[in-house]
Amino acid sequence: MKATLDYILHLADNALILGQRNAEWCGHGPVLEQDIAISNISLDLIGQARSFYQYAAELQGNGSTEDTLAYLRHERQFRNILLLEQPKSDWAYTTLRQFFFSAFQQLLFQQLSTQADERIGAIAEKSLKEVNYHLRWSSEWVVRLGDGTEESRRRLQQALDDSWPFVNEMFQAENFELESGVRVEELQAAWTEKVKACLAEAGMEMPVTSLTRHGGKKGIHSEHLGYILAEMQYLQRSYPGCEW
Amino acid sequence: MNTSIRRFFYGDIPGQESGGTPAPEGPKNDWPLWEVFIRSKQGLDHKHVGSLHATDAQMAIENARDVYTRRQEGVSIWVVKSQDIHASRPEEAGELYDPAADKIYRHPTFYDLPDAISHM
Amino acid sequence: MSVHDLEKVFQEKIDSETKIEPLDWMPEAYRKTNIRQISQHAHSEIVGMLPEGNWISRAPSLKRKAILLAKVQDEAGHGLYLYSACETLGISREETINDLHSGRAKYSSIFNYPTLTWADIGAVGWLVDGAAIMNQVMLTRTSYGPYARAMVRICKEESFHQRQGFESLLVLSKGSPEQQAMCQDAINRWWWPALMMFGPRDSESTNSDQSMKWKIKRKTNDELRQQFVDMCVEQVKLLGMTLPDPNLKWNAERNHYDFGEIDWNEFWQVVKGNGPCNKERLQARKQAWEEGAWVREAAAAHAAKKQKRTAAHAA
Repeated sequence: MKATLDYILHLADNALILGQRNAEWCGHGPVLEQDIAISNISLDLIGQARSFYQYAAELQGNGSTEDTLAYLRHERQFRNILLLEQPKSDWAYTTLRQFFFSAFQQLLFQQLSTQADERIGAIAEKSLKEVNYHLRWSSEWVVRLGDGTEESRRRLQQALDDSWPFVNEMFQAENFELESGVRVEELQAAWTEKVKACLAEAGMEMPVTSLTRHGGKKGIHSEHLGYILAEMQYLQRSYPGCEW
Repeated sequence: MNTSIRRFFYGDIPGQESGGTPAPEGPKNDWPLWEVFIRSKQGLDHKHVGSLHATDAQMAIENARDVYTRRQEGVSIWVVKSQDIHASRPEEAGELYDPAADKIYRHPTFYDLPDAISHM
Repeated sequence: MSVHDLEKVFQEKIDSETKIEPLDWMPEAYRKTNIRQISQHAHSEIVGMLPEGNWISRAPSLKRKAILLAKVQDEAGHGLYLYSACETLGISREETINDLHSGRAKYSSIFNYPTLTWADIGAVGWLVDGAAIMNQVMLTRTSYGPYARAMVRICKEESFHQRQGFESLLVLSKGSPEQQAMCQDAINRWWWPALMMFGPRDSESTNSDQSMKWKIKRKTNDELRQQFVDMCVEQVKLLGMTLPDPNLKWNAERNHYDFGEIDWNEFWQVVKGNGPCNKERLQARKQAWEEGAWVREAAAAHAAKKQKRTAAHAA
């Protein structure tokens, strides 16, 4: 029981934190059409987060709701992976990160829709359609930037170098995953193949680095998460117990 | 306000003939303009809904999805580069469309039939 | 046909409520007026994303976050529909945007006011979107076809904006004393700027007469403003809040509410660039555009290369 709850919160936190980051583009995108596109992705992610939090709240009981879970847990209680809390940086970083995460989510949700408990499976299945589109959109941007101009290529390379150390955390199984019967480590080969194909089309090399950063799933985050939560949670914490 | 007029819309009509004065050179950075047509549900025609910018047809379809179907307005999208649309000219309207006006016998209401006839 | 005859035919069309379409002959001044008004309208949608976008990261619940993000994203869509309408008049989006960035083109002054508390999001939805809708409903019947069609689409989407704003204030008005105070404070700060959105008094407005004759505008600034005041006086009662105007009172003779004098000095100050956030708003838009340049170039370069490769492959 405990394992499942932590796992659902992990899924919810992932979606929320990336949704929060992507929403920072709203009103500041490189072109109107893409401003709208990234906001759509953000809305999908926030929607996924809500579904998972609502389920977690039901399991937890004690009057908890999607909002108590999102707004009243502390830095050390969040279970999202580190990659998703990194600053949005430039369009190359944002689209590459989206690509990495959507590729992972696609494989994961395919697995969850058949294996996990019914409710998680249903959320995963519904979200899969969204994820498929996110993957298509983000992979196209990776190819565009890799194949575009010298500058876009340089920026994509930088984004690759910066984000790669965070990739491994997706595939390092935490206890709550193992106990929920999820096999993230089994997804790595398929993920790598997918990423390799896209990077090849973009004319980019797969990065080689032995650096890895992890800890998010255990609640050991980067310094960025504290600021995200301070901003996101401020009203709920300043005016406890209010309806909004 | 910059008021130099160029043609972006309906490719074959020179700007000056529709009231504008052509400008010498346009900016290079704008992505091409596309016209968007959406089928709102199966069984209906695609209908022009507006335009947007995109680098190619694939991106134009995806942008149209994000811009014009946020509220389930469509089940199918057509896009075509604005400059590839050919249009009849307003000044030709007389010779093109007016001659149909007096062919009233083409319309079913032209024929007076007894009320007893049904299904016709 | 001489220009004189063309103008006569044109005005006859307008008078008989026939819409003007992009390829139709139109007086240069009609084209310019439409470009000015539609682009100003488009810029307002885009700049208008900023004050509300300011609260997306801090929205107090996940539901409110999703609503606000969807709403601000809608504004981007509205801006896009309007830039598209503008492009049918022969001016590219890029040129239009350049005019905004250089300060040649204006946008609605209301967006130069700051959103200081969460209640401002509700107040903006109720008052600012409410005022905008009065204008926009009128514009669904404007004489230029593409503009009217864009407005129909926008009005359909916009009604959710005003409703969510009012509903969010309604929750605050029933909340804790702090929330109620927050609600009243936001209404106090947004009321007068919202009235200013309808523009100068008819007696001072330079563009109004010709725009009415061409049916670009169909109601005067003062008519719309009065309609708005009458509406809000009733609605604010449902919130249990007040409007910050001691001179508001029913006038049975006019069948309208009388209201106090707008601070026209403040109005002109903000129009001329001296509002609380003029600089920040323009700066944010310019920055987004400049920092996005490499992205737009890269996408264009890739599309060109791809096309070349496809052509080479076919040959």
